[in-house]
Amino acid sequence: METIQGSEPRLSIPGKPYPVTTLGFPAEMIGPHQTYARVSEQIAEVPLRHPHQKLWLLGFAPAFTLLLVFGIAVGYLLYRGVGIWGIQIPVAWGFAIVNFVWWIGIGHAGTFISAILLLLLQKWRTTINRFTEAMTLFAVICAGMFPLLHLGRPWTFYFLLPYPDTMALWPQFRSPLVWDIFAVSTYFTVSLLFWYMGLLPDLATVRDKARTKWKKILYGLGALGWRGSARHWQNHQSAYLLLGGLATPLVLSVHSVVSFDFSVAQLPGWHSTIFPPYFVAGAIYSGFAMVLNLIIPIRRIFGFQDLITVRTLNNMACVTLATCWMVAYGYIMEAFMAWYSGDVFEMAMMRDRAFGYYGWVFWLLMTVNVVIPQLLWSRKVRTNDIALFFVALSANLGMWLERFVIVVQSLHHDFTPAKWANFIPTIWDWATLFGSIGLFLTLMFLFVRYFPMISVSESRELIAQRKEGRL
Amino acid sequence: MNATIQLEQPRPLPVLTEDPQELIGFLAEFKEHDQLLDAARRAYAAGYRKMDAYSPFPIEELPEALGCRPSLVPMFALLGGMAGGLGGYFMEWYSMGRLYPLNVGGRPLNSWPNFIPVVFELTVLIASLSAFTAMLVLNRLPHLHHPVFEVPEFERASIDRFFLFIESEDQKFEQKRTWSFLETLVPLTIKEVRDE
Repeated sequence: METIQGSEPRLSIPGKPYPVTTLGFPAEMIGPHQTYARVSEQIAEVPLRHPHQKLWLLGFAPAFTLLLVFGIAVGYLLYRGVGIWGIQIPVAWGFAIVNFVWWIGIGHAGTFISAILLLLLQKWRTTINRFTEAMTLFAVICAGMFPLLHLGRPWTFYFLLPYPDTMALWPQFRSPLVWDIFAVSTYFTVSLLFWYMGLLPDLATVRDKARTKWKKILYGLGALGWRGSARHWQNHQSAYLLLGGLATPLVLSVHSVVSFDFSVAQLPGWHSTIFPPYFVAGAIYSGFAMVLNLIIPIRRIFGFQDLITVRTLNNMACVTLATCWMVAYGYIMEAFMAWYSGDVFEMAMMRDRAFGYYGWVFWLLMTVNVVIPQLLWSRKVRTNDIALFFVALSANLGMWLERFVIVVQSLHHDFTPAKWANFIPTIWDWATLFGSIGLFLTLMFLFVRYFPMISVSESRELIAQRKEGRL
Repeated sequence: MNATIQLEQPRPLPVLTEDPQELIGFLAEFKEHDQLLDAARRAYAAGYRKMDAYSPFPIEELPEALGCRPSLVPMFALLGGMAGGLGGYFMEWYSMGRLYPLNVGGRPLNSWPNFIPVVFELTVLIASLSAFTAMLVLNRLPHLHHPVFEVPEFERASIDRFFLFIESEDQKFEQKRTWSFLETLVPLTIKEVRDE
C-alpha cells in the first residue's frame, strides 16, 4: 500500500472525492494546486491575521475555564496536602499516576511522527509533524506536573535532582523513579529543541510576511535572523536528522522507563516483563488517537484539507489500528500469563480485575479500547474524518481507563486480604484531571493561534518533489 | 537552465557607487530551485568562491555546488554524546560508590546494569543540546540583521524565490564582469547589496 518512492498512478474514480492508487487507497500527500507561495500564505495567515476568531474563542473559553479549575485544584492541594484526593493505603498511587502515564503516553505520537517516520522516509508525516511536536511538549508539561504534585511537598522536588547538597544526600540511581526524572526531562528538552529547530525557518517566513511592526519584531526575534542560506540549511538539516536519530531510541525508552516504575515492583498485575513494549505500543496508540482528535477539527476549520490530506488521515488510522492490536496482545498475554504462571496471587488479581469491584471498568476498557477501534478495518471509516474522530475519542478514553486499571485495580487487591481497600476518587481528583486537560487545550489553542502549525518549509519540499515527479 | 526566458536586451548596469567599499555583492533572483542549483554550479565553474545561496527550503546538492565543506554538526553531537554518557556514568559511580554508599539488597555498589537508563538519557540529552548549539554557532545565529535583508525582493527568500549572492570580496569579483556573468544566468532580477 505505501511504496517507498511512490510515483504510483493516481486514478480519479467517480464518487470518490479524492484521487486513489490502483489498490484504492488515497493517493495525494499534498493537494494538486499547492504552490510555494500559496502554502506559505495559507499557513502564515493564521498567526498573522487570526481567521475564525469566534470559533477560536468558543474553544479557548472552556479550555481556559478548565485551566482555572486546575489552578484552584492545585492551590487547594498545596494548602491541604494530598489527603484531598481519594488515595489511601494500599491505593497510594491514585489519579496522579494514572494521569501522568496517560499524558506522557499521548506525548509519544509527536516524537514518533517527527523522528521515527522521518528516518523511515514517510513523507506523509510532513504536514502533521509540527502540530504533533507541539502536542508532545504540552502533554509532557501536563505529565511532568503529576508526580511532583503527588510528592506531598512539591516545593522540595529538587531533592530528586543530583547535586552536591549540604545534606550530603544523593538520589538513588538504582530506582526507576529516579530514572523517570531523567527520562521525562530529557524527553521534554529534546522535543523542545526538535520543535524549535523545525520552527526557525517558518518563523522567518512569518517575519517576512508580517506587516505590523510588533509582529515583525517578535517573529524576527524568534527566527534569530534566519535567512535560508545554503550553509544555514546544511547545518540545520544535519542537526535535524541527528536529533531525529537521537529522539528515536528516546521514544522507546521513555515509556519503557515509566513501565519500570510498575514492573520492577513485586505487585501482581505490575510485575511483568511484557510491560515495556506494551506501554510503548499503548503510548503511540493513545498519541495517534489524540493527534486525530485535535487535527480533524483544525483541518476542517482552517480548510487545510489539501495539506492534511485524506491519505494522511488514512495512514494515521492504520497506525492506530496496528498499535491497538499490540495493546490487545498485551491484554491477552497478561491474562494468559496469570493463568500459566500458576501463581495464586496472579490468578486472584486477574479474577478480581475482570469480576471484582472494578470489573465494570475493565469491560468498559475492553469495549472502547479494543472492540470499537476495530471499525478502523473499514476504509470508509478511515477516510471519513467524523467517524475517525469518534473512534479516536474512544481510544483516548480507553487508554486512560487502562492506566486506571493498572494503577488502581492492581494496588487495591494485593497480597494480604486484610489490606484490601477500594479507591474512590474525590471531586478534587476529577478537578485535577479535567484541569490538566484545560491546561493542555489552552496551550494548544495558543499554539494554533500564534505559531505556524504546519511546517511550511517541509511542505515546500513536498511541492518541489512533486514538480520533479518524485512524489 | 530555463533558457526559454530570453531578455530582449541586457539590463543596464546599475549606477555604480562612488565608494566601492560600500558594495557587498550582487544578488540574483531565480524562480525555481533547479535554476538556482544550475546557477551555483556555473558560478563555481566560473571561479567564484565567496558565494552564498538562499532558498525557502533545503536543496540537497546546493552546499556542494557552492563548494561548502561537510557540516561539523555531527562531530559536535558525537563529542557531546560521549561527554554526556561518560560524565553520567561517572556521576552515578562516584555518588553511589563513594559519596553515598548504600547497600540495596546486597547489590554491588557499582551496579552497572541499574546505571544504564540514566547514562542513556544523559547521552541523548547532551548530544542533542550539542547538535542544536553547534547548529546555531556554526550558522552564526542569532544574527538579526544582514545586508541582504535591505533588498526588497529578498523578502521572498523565505517564501518562493531562490537567490544567488556573489560577494564583492571574492578574488574574481569585478563589478562589470560579475554583473554580466550574472546576466548570462538569466535571473529574474539582479540587485546590488550595500552596507549602509
